[in-house]
Amino acid sequence: MLRDVSFHIDTSSFQFITGPSGAGKTSLLRLLFLSLRPTRGSVRIFNRDAATLPRSAIPGLRRRIGIVFQDFRLLDHLTTYENVALPLRVAGVDDSAYRRDVIELLEWVGLGEKMWVFPQVLSGGEKQRAAIARALITKPEILLADEPTGNVDPPLARRLLRLFVELNKLGTSVVIATHDLALMDQYDARRLVLNAGHVEIYD
Amino acid sequence: MHGGSFSTRVMLKSMTEHAVTAAPREPEPAAARATRSRRGKQRKPAAKIPAAVLVGQVTAIGGRQAPPRSLNPIVPPRSVAGRALLTLVAIMSFLSCLSVAAVAVVADRAKSWQRDIAEEVTIQIKPVEGADIAATVARAAEIAMQVPGVTAATVLDEAQSTALLEPWLGTGFDISELPIPRLVAVRITDGADLGALARRLKQEIPTASLDDHGRWLQRLAAMAEVMSVVGLVILALVFAATALCVVFATRGAMAGNRSVIEVLHFVGAEDSYIAREFQRHFLLLGLKGASIGGGIAIALFLVLGLLGRLEGPTPEEAQLRSMFGGVAVGLNGYVGSVVTVLALAIIIAVTARLTVRRTLRELD
Repeated sequence: MLRDVSFHIDTSSFQFITGPSGAGKTSLLRLLFLSLRPTRGSVRIFNRDAATLPRSAIPGLRRRIGIVFQDFRLLDHLTTYENVALPLRVAGVDDSAYRRDVIELLEWVGLGEKMWVFPQVLSGGEKQRAAIARALITKPEILLADEPTGNVDPPLARRLLRLFVELNKLGTSVVIATHDLALMDQYDARRLVLNAGHVEIYD
Repeated sequence: MHGGSFSTRVMLKSMTEHAVTAAPREPEPAAARATRSRRGKQRKPAAKIPAAVLVGQVTAIGGRQAPPRSLNPIVPPRSVAGRALLTLVAIMSFLSCLSVAAVAVVADRAKSWQRDIAEEVTIQIKPVEGADIAATVARAAEIAMQVPGVTAATVLDEAQSTALLEPWLGTGFDISELPIPRLVAVRITDGADLGALARRLKQEIPTASLDDHGRWLQRLAAMAEVMSVVGLVILALVFAATALCVVFATRGAMAGNRSVIEVLHFVGAEDSYIAREFQRHFLLLGLKGASIGGGIAIALFLVLGLLGRLEGPTPEEAQLRSMFGGVAVGLNGYVGSVVTVLALAIIIAVTARLTVRRTLRELD
């Protein structure tokens, strides 16, 4: 339950959403991702009101948003490569058109060796990186990440954070929900602290 | 995105450079190296053994899996194409083909009967006290032959008339003692002017009447029509039952693939895309099941056709001939069966598509 939460995510901004477990971080991300509709109040995404948005407009908006789930949400019957390429595939792009980009991105996140295996054989950290790669492959305008470093060791967490920072420099707004204080200390950014459904903003 | 000015390659290149230049600045390099090398050690066997087991057909090249030739389907086929549904579709297809073939057989038969009957009309002459019936009959045949389109006019003599009445009156009676009408069988071609024949007969022989078998034709046509309607209603019912089963199967498959559908929605898939993915599976299943059922039906028709052609003298063969000889399926039946198979597959695919779209709207 979130109430009196009011904020705006600027283009090319970088922010952490933090707070204790159950404070509503995931709910807030789901609101931003249009998978929850607000019972009251107004959520505007890319200048469209989420409450009155027709169902048919949601896929188009979601293609402009990259999301990394806490539980990865990889499809078990698809290879790592296919999982990462999924957003392009559902958008109707031909395999030959994105093949190089997907392979390059997978190499970069260190999954070059695991490209053609299924998620069952990936470790938590590898799944995390595959999930992140899937969110990035469409070069989204805004990236929402729910505990993106929750399953990786500190060096990899730092590397992933650098990836997010770099992406942000290229113009993508980044929203990272995390309760990892060490991670937030590594990069000076706006913090939205959720507590019992309220938000405090530290710019 | 980003005004379209950045390609992934540029983005990745910049990220890669950053990663390379940033690497020496990383704190705890020894720990990081240890982690990396530990991961490296774990990775190799992990990549080779379980991956090879899971990937199956893919061969390992230099410790890395080779890319498979084609992409895996987005909706796992096993979650959709159950054997039970396949069997059901096969049975439904078999029944559909049977009713289509039955309609075709009836229609063929009705047509050939109609053709046979329509090639002949009959002139009936009532006997009148004191008149020379034989002369009247001969005159009637003469008149008939003068009408264009008439190819033959045969007077049925007394023996033939007796034979016709035998089933009702039995043998051993004298036909001349009974006031029985005499018949002239007239063979005609398509363009015969029956109106003119009827008029001339009326003028010259008031006791003659012309029977063009119109009532019979009407009855036959009506019977064939009823049989065809019944067959088509059965076909429609079988199709409807199949469609309903597919509705249930689709809902089941969607429930089983809920997490897949969710992820597809999250990565921006439109309902039509998801529907298409399910539809593809159901179309394949429909084609496969319907072909099996249709194939069995066609094989059955072929066997019936062969049995009908048996010409052996034994009683068994005669029995088979009398039982099945009348139901030889013609070309229409075979073509109808193939069309039915295709129609069933299309109905299944379309039903699946509509069900997916509807269910997705309901889930929302």
